[in-house]
Amino acid sequence: MAVRTLLQAIHDALAEEMRSDERVMVLGEDVGRAGGVFRVTEGLQEEFGPYRVLDTPLAESLIVGSAIGLSVNGMRPVAEIQFADFIPPAFDQIVSEAARFHYRSKGAWSVPLTIRVPYGAVHGGALYHSQSNEAYFCQVPGLKVVAPTFPADAKGMLKSAIRDPNPVLFYEHKRTYRLLKQEVPEEEYTLPLGRAKVHRRGQDITVCSYGLMLQYVLEAAERLSGEHGVQTEVVEPLTLYPLDRETILESARKTGKFLVVVEANITGSVAAEIAATVAQEAFEWLDAPVMRLGTPDVPAAAFARPLMDRLIPDRARVEEAMLELARY
Amino acid sequence: MEGTQARHEALGLDEGDLLRMYRLMLLARRVDERSWILNRQGKAAFVISCQGQEAAQVGAAMHLRPGYDYVYPYYRDHGIVLTLGMTARDELLALLAREEDPNSGGRQMPGHFSSRELNIVTASAPIAVQFPQAVGSALAFKMRGEDGVVLACGGEASTSEGDWHEAMNFAGVHGLPVVFLIQNNHYAISVPEPLQVAGSIARRAEGYGFPGVEVDGNDVLAVYEAAGEAFARARKGEGPTLIEAKTYRLTAHSSDDDDRRYREREEVEQWRLKDPIPRFERYLMENGVLDEAARDRIDAEVREEVREASEYAENAPVADPDSVLEGVYAEGV
Amino acid sequence: MPQLGESVTEGTIARWLKAEGDEVEKDEPIAEVDTDKVSAELPSPLAGRIERLLVPEGATVEVGTEIALVATGEEPGPDGPAREDARSEGPTEEFPAAGTRAQPVAAGPGESRAAGRGEGDGRGARVPSAEELRLRRSSPVVRRLAAEHGVEISSIRGTGVGGRVTKKDIEAYIREREARPREEAPPRPAPPPPRERVEVHEGDEVVEVTSVRRAIAERMSRSKREAPHAWTLVEADVSGLVGLREVRKEEFRRREGVNLTYLPFVVRAVVESLKEHPVLNSVWDGDRIVLRKRINIGIAVDLEEGALIVPVIKDADDYGIVGLARRIDEVVRRARQRRLSPDDVSGGTFTVNNPGALGSVVSTPIINHPQAAILSAEAIVKRPVVLEDDAIAVRSMMNLEVSFDHRILDGGAALRFLNAVKRRLESYTPESEIG
Repeated sequence: MAVRTLLQAIHDALAEEMRSDERVMVLGEDVGRAGGVFRVTEGLQEEFGPYRVLDTPLAESLIVGSAIGLSVNGMRPVAEIQFADFIPPAFDQIVSEAARFHYRSKGAWSVPLTIRVPYGAVHGGALYHSQSNEAYFCQVPGLKVVAPTFPADAKGMLKSAIRDPNPVLFYEHKRTYRLLKQEVPEEEYTLPLGRAKVHRRGQDITVCSYGLMLQYVLEAAERLSGEHGVQTEVVEPLTLYPLDRETILESARKTGKFLVVVEANITGSVAAEIAATVAQEAFEWLDAPVMRLGTPDVPAAAFARPLMDRLIPDRARVEEAMLELARY
Repeated sequence: MEGTQARHEALGLDEGDLLRMYRLMLLARRVDERSWILNRQGKAAFVISCQGQEAAQVGAAMHLRPGYDYVYPYYRDHGIVLTLGMTARDELLALLAREEDPNSGGRQMPGHFSSRELNIVTASAPIAVQFPQAVGSALAFKMRGEDGVVLACGGEASTSEGDWHEAMNFAGVHGLPVVFLIQNNHYAISVPEPLQVAGSIARRAEGYGFPGVEVDGNDVLAVYEAAGEAFARARKGEGPTLIEAKTYRLTAHSSDDDDRRYREREEVEQWRLKDPIPRFERYLMENGVLDEAARDRIDAEVREEVREASEYAENAPVADPDSVLEGVYAEGV
Repeated sequence: MPQLGESVTEGTIARWLKAEGDEVEKDEPIAEVDTDKVSAELPSPLAGRIERLLVPEGATVEVGTEIALVATGEEPGPDGPAREDARSEGPTEEFPAAGTRAQPVAAGPGESRAAGRGEGDGRGARVPSAEELRLRRSSPVVRRLAAEHGVEISSIRGTGVGGRVTKKDIEAYIREREARPREEAPPRPAPPPPRERVEVHEGDEVVEVTSVRRAIAERMSRSKREAPHAWTLVEADVSGLVGLREVRKEEFRRREGVNLTYLPFVVRAVVESLKEHPVLNSVWDGDRIVLRKRINIGIAVDLEEGALIVPVIKDADDYGIVGLARRIDEVVRRARQRRLSPDDVSGGTFTVNNPGALGSVVSTPIINHPQAAILSAEAIVKRPVVLEDDAIAVRSMMNLEVSFDHRILDGGAALRFLNAVKRRLESYTPESEIG
């Protein structure tokens, strides 16, 4: 076991998959020579060459479209969209094309494509390097959307995503690239997609979250336990679409108090879908209304630091929401 | 012409090849005609026609190695898929949305082609999305050092989409083994070429660093020639080619379109005089490949093939409604 | 909870006559209260709006316990409804959309009551506020647990927001209740030893025992336990009485405004007979018997909901037939309307039971402890009877039985009394005067 940051764990997954399967390749803007603007793909081009680690033109639709074409002609591409904010031009290729190849051809074609998407607000990122737009894709049958927060999970899930015959969007929270460190097994392992994870068990409230917010939730859970005697159960969906409803509902039924915390704009977010699922299917067990916390419906996130901090939920707001729910 | 090689001989085509090309064009036409009849009878919900473009399609598709090269057709490319190996039955099963439809089991509209065996990559309705995909498939061939070629087709309007330009650029950057076949039939539904295309489509290729040629799309041998050169270049690793085949859409855009709203009958009639099938017939007759009896025989065979295919398709079952829920995700690793 | 009766230490809210949110006038009945002696309507000591009912129906509380909060229109003081978490009232964020909030958007405590009025204003139908619902109905899981365990949500103290009963609160309550046998059982001098519960099977209906029922159960058990019951029966030929009533009942009704039944005749006969046989109007006191001077006749009245009540006609010997008819009518009516005072149901020295009204021809009544005896007047039935001269005639026959405490008296005394009653009833003819 070695301690790895999220960024390193992702890097390791890519390198290991590329070593063990010559069909696996990486493509995107600046992924090759520069090793990626976040350094995720550092060193890969030296090892695998300029085609298996390909610097593409600045054309998101092309990046995803050509990745689809590569994947139906024997390759296993891992495309990178440099920032989630730049994914809209690729929307057609992701939603109309990659998601539907298999279904519309009655199973004749599959798109074993992974698209890595750095997301989340960072200071100085402003309106176009901060967005959390994973929800766009969490309503597209045929796609899988995952957002593992911690290094060990991320490594195992990226490997699974690469090996999955379906198109998988792999969301990585930029602010946690170096912030989150964890012991990561060195031996070969994968984590199956579609399974949620319980990080912490508790009787009083359930909080469901992912990304940087999950880290805040876990910190707040500690404080709630120590200072308020409230025991929080923390569930991470890991796969945002399709959701592991059973794990989420099991926790909701156990505590009867459920809160989802996301960084995305609250309306139409993944939190909204999870909340609706819980409200409908765990109704009889509920001891409080199902709550959501997210960023207000304002474009995220302004450049000036105090403005961004005002907007994006912070540790205090997360803890307050959890405490309020516990007291209901 | 006396003393000189016949055009087809110069292209390395023998009589068998010519008759095959002729028959394929005729088959495409007859299938198309039958489709319209079924539509007007209320049996087929939607027809999207290739009438007038058979030469552009068959002439190019003759160079494909089925199951080896990759094809990204657009919705009018009946001539291409029939040349590759799809049958009249396949076409009519698709038209009538039957379970046995090889493209999609009745899930997609007609003209949304797909075949794993023939490497026809599943098509959809958004225009030009196939081009980035096509150059991706071409890149795979190049990375593996194979001589496979990708044929990517579209109408002239598809060259207005950003995806086409992104794909063209990428093909030029890496010298990819792709043939862009643009069938310029002068209309995008109702929007005529002058409102659609700035400058020349063929010359755009130069901007992207590779050759572009304009060809008479209604002359099957001209198309064959141009495509032959393009495919040869690609196979030798010399990079992409853009072929702009000038042709004409003899019918309305689809069964949901009334072309009398935007073009004159005289114009259509003018182009009908240049119909590629009678034109090729004349060439074949002039070169002793076809006589009237043979033509009638071939036509009768084709009509019979279409009639049988239609009967088969009309009697074939539609998929079980519950099957609509299946196959959203691929299984297995 | 007021003290309804001298020795009463507790009362049960049998039924709330008002709901939370209702307006109430001073003296307007607010609840029906049961004690082991009497059911009475409780007039409201205050005028105002009922903020909260603190005791659920069926719960028994000690005299002096707060049972309701009435807002008299002044500022909510410390008696106002619980506002544990002032923060929960207003928006704590300037951003309204930052997550959804469970609390009402109202600005302050006073307004949040108004928020509940909603579109119901002016049209009668009132939409309850979130706080009301929270207090009354809590949450799905709490409601489910309450229903499963037969618990009133409002009888539990809530620690949730605004005093809401949380899942934890009700789970703790249920655990506690199961740990202690019958938390609501009245503290009797000799509490019954903890016994095994009856197993409830699927489909069984569990009926909670009211305090009245419990009181009856106690008394009946005690009576049978302490007094060795003996019983005897005579038949009375009341054909004359029947004829008398037939003849007089219309006129009686018109003149007196009450029906003429057989009961006043029976009571009159009993009263006069008791004068002759005072040992049946007594109380056993261990080493002595106390013969009561006053003759206070208890009339057993059956209330349909499975409760028996025995209003007492004090000094019944003061009344003639008419007077008795009126008194009986009055107490029975008041009994049925639950308007008996504690005085109405205490001080009886002898009880008359009238199962004949429901068709009984033989019954074995249980003595109304601590009295000496109880008499049952059965139904009047036409029967073929052998007369003195061995002729057979159809006569109206009424069985009369007395159950008596064999510690106090013996069969001879009982029969002598019973025969006196019989003689008196048999003495009426259609021409008799009704005084």
